Parts: sequence; structure tokens; C-alpha cells
Amino acid sequence: MKAFEYAAPSTKEQAVALLGDRWEEAAILAGGTDLLSCMKDNLMAPSRVVDIKGLRDLGGIEYNPQSGLRLGALVTFEQLREHPQVLSRYPGIVQAVEGVTSAQIRNRGSVGGDLNQRPRCWYYRNGFGLLAKDEQGRSLVVDGENRYHAILGNEGPAYFVNPSSLAPVLIALGARVRLFGPKGGRELPLEKFFTIPKTDSEHENVLQPNEILTEVLIPAGSWQTATYEVRQKEALDWPLAAASVALKLGGAQVQEARVVLGHVAPIPWRVPEAEKILTRKTITEEIAMEAGKAAVGQARPLSQNGYKVQLARVAVKRALLRAVQGGA
Amino acid sequence: MPEYRWPEIGTTSLIGKRINRVDGPEKVTGRAKYTYDLKRPGMLYGKMLRCPHAHARILSIDTSEAEKLSGVAAVHIVQEPGTEIQWAGDDVVAVAAVTEQITEDAIRRIKVEYEKLPHLVREEDLAKAGDRVKPFTEQVTGDPDQAFQAADTVVVEGEYGLPVVTHCCLEVHGQVAEWEGDRVTIYPSIQGVERVAGQYAQALGVPASNVRTLMQYVGGGFGSKVAADRWGTACAQLAKKAGKPVRLMLERKEDQEVAGNRPSDFARIKLAATRDGTITAWQSESWGTGGPGGGGSPPIPYIWQIPNQRKIHSAIATNCGPARAWRAPNHPQACYLTMCPIDDLAAKLNMDPLDLVVKNVSLLGPRAELYRQELAKAAELMEWKKNWHPRGDRSPGPMKRGMGLSLHTWGGGGHSSECQVSIHPDGSVEVSLCTQDIGTGTRTVLTIVTAETLGLPVEAIRLNIGDNRLPPSGNSGGSTTVGGVSSSTRRAALNALEQLFLTVAPSLGVSPEQLEAVGGQIRVKGDPTKSLSWKQATAKLGVASIKEMGKQPGPQPNPGELTSSGVGGVQMADVSVDVETGVVKVNKIVAVQDCGLIIDMKTAESQVYGALIMGICYSLMEERVMDQLTGRMLNANMEFYKLAGLADIGELVVHMWTDPEQQRRGVIGLGEPPVISPGAVIANAVASAIGVRVPYLPLTPPRVLAALEKGGMV
Repeated sequence: MKAFEYAAPSTKEQAVALLGDRWEEAAILAGGTDLLSCMKDNLMAPSRVVDIKGLRDLGGIEYNPQSGLRLGALVTFEQLREHPQVLSRYPGIVQAVEGVTSAQIRNRGSVGGDLNQRPRCWYYRNGFGLLAKDEQGRSLVVDGENRYHAILGNEGPAYFVNPSSLAPVLIALGARVRLFGPKGGRELPLEKFFTIPKTDSEHENVLQPNEILTEVLIPAGSWQTATYEVRQKEALDWPLAAASVALKLGGAQVQEARVVLGHVAPIPWRVPEAEKILTRKTITEEIAMEAGKAAVGQARPLSQNGYKVQLARVAVKRALLRAVQGGA
Repeated sequence: MPEYRWPEIGTTSLIGKRINRVDGPEKVTGRAKYTYDLKRPGMLYGKMLRCPHAHARILSIDTSEAEKLSGVAAVHIVQEPGTEIQWAGDDVVAVAAVTEQITEDAIRRIKVEYEKLPHLVREEDLAKAGDRVKPFTEQVTGDPDQAFQAADTVVVEGEYGLPVVTHCCLEVHGQVAEWEGDRVTIYPSIQGVERVAGQYAQALGVPASNVRTLMQYVGGGFGSKVAADRWGTACAQLAKKAGKPVRLMLERKEDQEVAGNRPSDFARIKLAATRDGTITAWQSESWGTGGPGGGGSPPIPYIWQIPNQRKIHSAIATNCGPARAWRAPNHPQACYLTMCPIDDLAAKLNMDPLDLVVKNVSLLGPRAELYRQELAKAAELMEWKKNWHPRGDRSPGPMKRGMGLSLHTWGGGGHSSECQVSIHPDGSVEVSLCTQDIGTGTRTVLTIVTAETLGLPVEAIRLNIGDNRLPPSGNSGGSTTVGGVSSSTRRAALNALEQLFLTVAPSLGVSPEQLEAVGGQIRVKGDPTKSLSWKQATAKLGVASIKEMGKQPGPQPNPGELTSSGVGGVQMADVSVDVETGVVKVNKIVAVQDCGLIIDMKTAESQVYGALIMGICYSLMEERVMDQLTGRMLNANMEFYKLAGLADIGELVVHMWTDPEQQRRGVIGLGEPPVISPGAVIANAVASAIGVRVPYLPLTPPRVLAALEKGGMV
């Protein structure tokens, strides 16, 4: 690990001033569950680490039936899981949190960190770069070990999957994020936050090196939500595929549906094709299966990850059934 | 000379009972210090620059920038320019500095030029292995051609395989080295405190008398920690150069890549039986890798003496970290490659595999009758006959359930061992021998043996192990420790007790043969009124302690000896498979295991539990993923090298076989045998659940889904 300067600002203005214009200059530290391992593995070597845990206005969960749910970026997984209104109104969020089967990570990991963590692609984590290319610029993933890589949005050169546990369900709920930079704040839909990098210099989201994600806003609305992760292990493990759904119901009928896949594409993958199928339908096993099929209609698996198409299909089906059977 | 036997069955107060691990409190409170925990005064941190290429020649090494860095105390070139490196991660230059961070910074400043050479790191496809294939001689028994073609013969054919897996010791490999003049003390994380001292002496060029090795606790070894290793001698070289103690522990990534693994085995197998289920013929073409050396041949067909056989094995030399003994070397592979085809044969014959195994039990040799009894016990504990169904669970819904079975064997006879038991005039008792407790319960067992022999509680015994100045007692490998060290300890304790009897007999007015040590007393047999308390008795020693040796020569051929060799067991698994996702869950495993006389029932059962957990891991999750393009292991971590957590384990039922005949066989090792069968039982249970064979371990979702698709099941 390269020696670095540690800064612990107490306001977001101070924090932003400590960040630099280039990624190498500074890194933001919240729970540290990803940053510290990236630094130890020498994937990141920032000159300065800016600890934002002292920024009071980045904490807190507030629920208001008129305005919805506000999550500070520093809210931990465990705080989400213990919050009465999150528990009663957003089972899809709780299910996503409970997919992180490590008490340590639930206690340290934050909402902002979950949305900003770097991909788990094993080429990236072994130092072959985010776009994992050999010396001639050819993708290591396409001809290599790609069992955990993307089946959607994988036209290249990015083949990793977005690792966020919370992003799919937050996008399904229409969440917006607030970012704060030297020129003040900006707000955008979470769905627009994530991007697929085309060059080595690009990242997986629109956050600039000198910006901080400060909060997540979920608009008011009565949605039935659910998350279903297909994981090989019960113990801490990344999902092989995941789906989050949000349904606005009128009686038993779906008025509006949002379906978002996780761990199948370089970004959380919203599937309007599946949503369309669900509109004005009652969720049955058959309809859920049909939506699952539609969700992966555009999938183009790589040499080793065809099975993820089936897993994503099943995740959508099971999330939909869970939303209408179990949801509050 | 006393008679060296174990106490009569039914007369023991400690042996065979359920006794807590004596070092449990130390371990769970953190008072137990492992090598990784040691901090010697002025200690430096050593690390290794490792070759990033799977196959390369070192052209040049420039360490000047590293040596200039403030805080760097020593730089040691481990492999010189000109050396051909055979696997990624091999040692090149070792560095010691005052902090781990400075050591890492220094390593990044070292410039090494390599000439890259062509590599092969994948072996599962024999056709792609080219000139790396080293075929062994074909072996033929009986007349396999005739047997396969005989009338009324049912033949199954299939391909089966297990990948390379690593040891994943909780404590990585490494050591602390500290010099005083020309004497060196090594604190290793090792399975052989005594033997490793000689390896250090040789590698460092110092007299064996100058090397001291000390270790009280080791965080797992499983066969991978029996050598000083190149990084061990490099650590001592750094300490010598720096004039300060150096600790060099491997990083987890390094441990996964270079510190040992279990060889892979793949095979195309043909198995035949007559229509009534009598197994007649075996044919196999197998291959696997143990790294650059290629590796050995698995003992297939495992335990079954099939009359007609043709088999050929090829070792494939790969540019991967070399294999090391992995808990029951070669047996888990051989068992899997044998018991899966037998299960497939049962399916083709429309037989319950339990019936097929019982029908052919005579092919299991001298252990056949015991296996038959163990199969019956396991079937009872699993309710096999009630729960078994022909292949393919037809119940509705995506969750399918099935059961599988397997059998295994192992040696486990005790190795040679010497022990000294001291009885001091104040009544205290010391047991001294250079063995080590690698987590198996050796400390507890030795304490029990001594306490039982002397009629004392376990708390009264002080045990000294883990120091090469103590009487030699060998490596802990091959499940040979418990038989050897419990026997030498029993001998030494009996010898010491005989001396005590000689001393106190006159004061009780009897001859020494009339005395016994029971319940903290030395008393006259048949006359409990004539007795001395332990302390009264030892006080009669005056100022001279009793110090008696016990020497166990090694495994003994006859029953009735203190240790013998040869154990077996039967396992059965019950699993659920989600056929929509391919996720497999173990519901229950039953393990019936014999292992001679059991000293501590609790730590014996723990060995089986641990083996089953390790078995579930390698059956469902573990595999070393090598990338042919980069030549690197992609999952050299605890994230994508997957291991089970508690919730992934299911119910484990352990039944130790303890009939009088077993007890008369003396003490036999147990660490290895129960890890042999899990691969076969879980894979067979999955085949039973879903109706098709998933040929390769681990049984991951993609493999299960692919088998279902190929079998037309989706």
C-alpha cells in the first residue's frame, strides 16, 4: 500500500475541497469495506484518503408519507435493516440487505459505498485493469474465464457486472441520488448514475473525482417490492444473478411495474420488456415466468456464462411472486 | 517391565469418554499464540517478490532501489538470474524491513527482467495438453475385453473429474526466524516441529545442534506444512543478514498459489456387471496434474477388487504451484472416480445402490464384513430404505431430493515416537515429547492417556510438546500421530508408574505388582483400605524425580498391540437441488467410522465433523481457477475461492464404531479417512435427486444446469 495522507473533514464543503481533479489524488473512505482491500491489493493508490464518516448530514434515514424515503450516504446496511419504516414498507430493500450475509459488512458497509464500490471482476481485482485487456489490447474476458461476467450490456469493452446489492431495488423504486461537488449539488435519477465505460479512463458511474454521493431519495408511492438473489452459498457470496421488482397494484392488477436485474450487466439492468408484460396483469406463476423470459430476451452470454440467463429469468420470476405473496 | 496394553474395556475413567479439548479455553480466548501472532523484540517483516509469469526465465535482478529505501534491513535473492521459473508466484527476492508497508514498497522497487516462456495451466482437456502429457504404463488384470463383451453384461461409461483444490489453512504458511550468534531459533507454522529442524540446518549450512524449532499452536496444515520451504530458509537468511528476528508469513493470495494443493483427477471410465449386479470389469483412462512434476496416479478402482481391469493414467505437467499432500492424498479422488460409476451402474441396473454395494461386498476384501455392518448402521441413521427412490425425484416443484452413499479406507497406524514421563516428588507430572497438535486434539489425547494410566485427573498432567529438544516423535501426517504418540506416552507412563510402585510398595507392605493407581491413589489391588494418596506416594521419592522413557517402534501387526493400522467408514448424504437454479444444498450427512480404540470421543467426533465440512466445501464450491491466457490463478482469495459457511453445512450425524473388536485393535489415526467419501456421496445424492449425473466437482449451478439440459430434464 502506498503511503497516503489521511483527512477527516467535518463538512461536505471541506471534504470536496480535499478531493482532487484526478482519481489518483484522493479517495473517499466511508465503511472501507471495498476501498481498503483495493488499496491493499494496490488497485488504487490515492495520495490522500478523505474519511467522510464525520460528515453529519450524510447520515440518517427519514421517512415521510408525502415525500418518501431519504437515505444518507453513510447509512449502513444494518441501519436499513433495523429501520421500522424500511422494514414495513420496503421489503425489497431489506431482502437486498439480507443478501449480504456478513454481519461485519452489514455493520460497516454504507449505502453510498454500496453504490460506488468497484466491480468484483477477477481480472480487475488481479491487476489486469477494469477493462481487462492483454498487452495487445484484446479482452482477457471474452476468451478467458467469464463464468461470473455480464450477459447483458456486454458489447464490450466492459464485461464486468455491477456489484451493488441495493441499486436494483432503489432503481425499481425510482430513487434519485444527490451528488455534491465544488460547484454545489446536483441531483439525478439513480438509473442515470451508472454508466458503461468505453475507455480505460472512464469509471462505472458519473461521479467525478471531486464529487461525493451524499444521499438517496426515494419518492413517495405505494409500491410492492421484492428482491431475489441466486447465490451459490448461504454464507457471504456474490449473487450469480439478482432481480428487484417494484409493483404498483390496483387490487390484484399491476398498474405499473419496474424490473431491474443485478449482477448480469456492467450497470444495474432495467428491463422495460418485462415491465410491459406485467402491466394490467395479475401476477401468476405463468405471468411471472413470461416476464422472466422477456427480461433476458436481449441476453448475449459469453463462452461460460450461459447459465446466468436461466438464473436471471428465475430471479425475476421469484422476485415477482415474492412481491405479491410476501410484500407489505 | 510392565505389560504394554491399553486398559481393559469398561474399566477406564477417561479413555473413550467425551472430554473437552484441553487447550480450548486458550484458543477461544486468544491466549493461544500462533506463529502469526508472534512479535519478537526488534522483529522485522519479511515478504517475497514473486514471479508474475507462469513460465519464465529470470534474465536480471536489480535490487539497488529497494536497498536504498529507508527502513529496509535485508534483501536476499532467492532464485538467481538464469533460473527457469515453473509457476506464477514462485519466490524470487525476499526483503525484510521495519514495517510491512516498507517491505511492500521495497518489493515494488525491485526490477526483474524475465524471458516469458510458453505455459500450460489447464489440464481438464487432455487433448489440449500436448507434450505435457506423461503417460504411465497400462495395467491389465484378468481379461477385461472378454468380461466387457460377455453375455448378459450391463456396461456404463462416463467421464468424471475433480479439479485442483487448495488447503486453505486458517493460518497461512510462514515462520519467524531469530539468530543468536551461529544458533538459530525458528518459530514455524508446521506439522513437524522435530523434522523441520534438520531441513533448516541443511539449508542454512549450520550444525543440526544449532537449530531450535518451537511451536505451540498451528492454524491448520492438512498435509501442506511439512517442509521448511524456500520462503522459510529465505526468512532465516534475511534474519541473519539483518541481525534481527524476521517474520515472513505468506499473504493469502500467495498461500493459495504456491503453498500446496490437491492434484486434480479426471477419468473416462467403463464399468461392467452381470445383469444380477455382480461387478465384473473396470476400464479407466485417467489424467490429472500435481503441478510441474505431473503428479501420481490415483488408486482406482478404489477399494473394490474387481477381477478384470484395464487402466492407464497420464500425469500432466502444468505451470502451476506444485501439489502437496492434501488430507488423505489420492483417496478422495480415487473414491469419487470409483463410487460415482458404481452409482451409475446401479441406476442402469435399476438397483438401489445400497443393494448393489452389499451384493458385491466380497470384493471389499478382509474388511467386507465390517463394511456390511457399517452400511447397515448408516442406512438406519439415514432411513435409507424408507427414503430411497429410483433416480430422479418426481415430486412437484423445483426442489428435488436424493441420497447417495460411499465407502472409504485408510491406514493410520501410529508412527515411531519417544516420550518421557516425569513424576516429581511434589506429585506433579510432566509428559514431554516433540509432537505437535495440529488441531486434531493431540494435546487432549496425551493428557488423557497419562491421567488414565496414573489414576489422576486430566488437570494434574503438564504436557510439553512443540520443541525439537524434546524426545523425537515425528511429523503429523498420514493420520499417524495419535497411534504413535498415545502408545509412547502409555509406555512411558506405565514405566514411570512401575518405578513409583517400586518406591512405595515397602511402605504398604506388599510387592509392587500388587499395586494399582486409581482415583488419585496408589492402593493395593483388592484391598482399598491399604492406600496412599498420590502426593503421599510421590513424597516417598525424596528429592529424585522419576523420569522414564517410552518408545513406540511404529505400527504393530497384531491386534492387542497399542496401535495397528487400517480403518474404514461408510457415508451417506441427503441433498436438495433447486433444478431451476442448479443450487445444491446438503440436508444431512451420516458418517459411520471405525478407527480402533478411541481415546477421546469428543475430539474424535470433531475430526469427522471437520472432515465432512471440508468435504462439503470441495464437493460444492472449491476449485482453483487457472486462467490460460495470463497463467494466473484468478481466485487466489477467500472471495471467489468459495468455502462453505455454517448455513451451508446441513445436519451432520457422526457414529463412531466402538465394538470390543475395534477397541482391541489399539489406537489408529482418524484425521484423514472421513474426508474421502463426501465428494462421492454428495455427487451421488445429486444424481439421485435430479436423475442425471453431474460429472465434475464442484457441483456448481452452471454444471448442474448443464447436466439437466444434457439429460433432457429441463
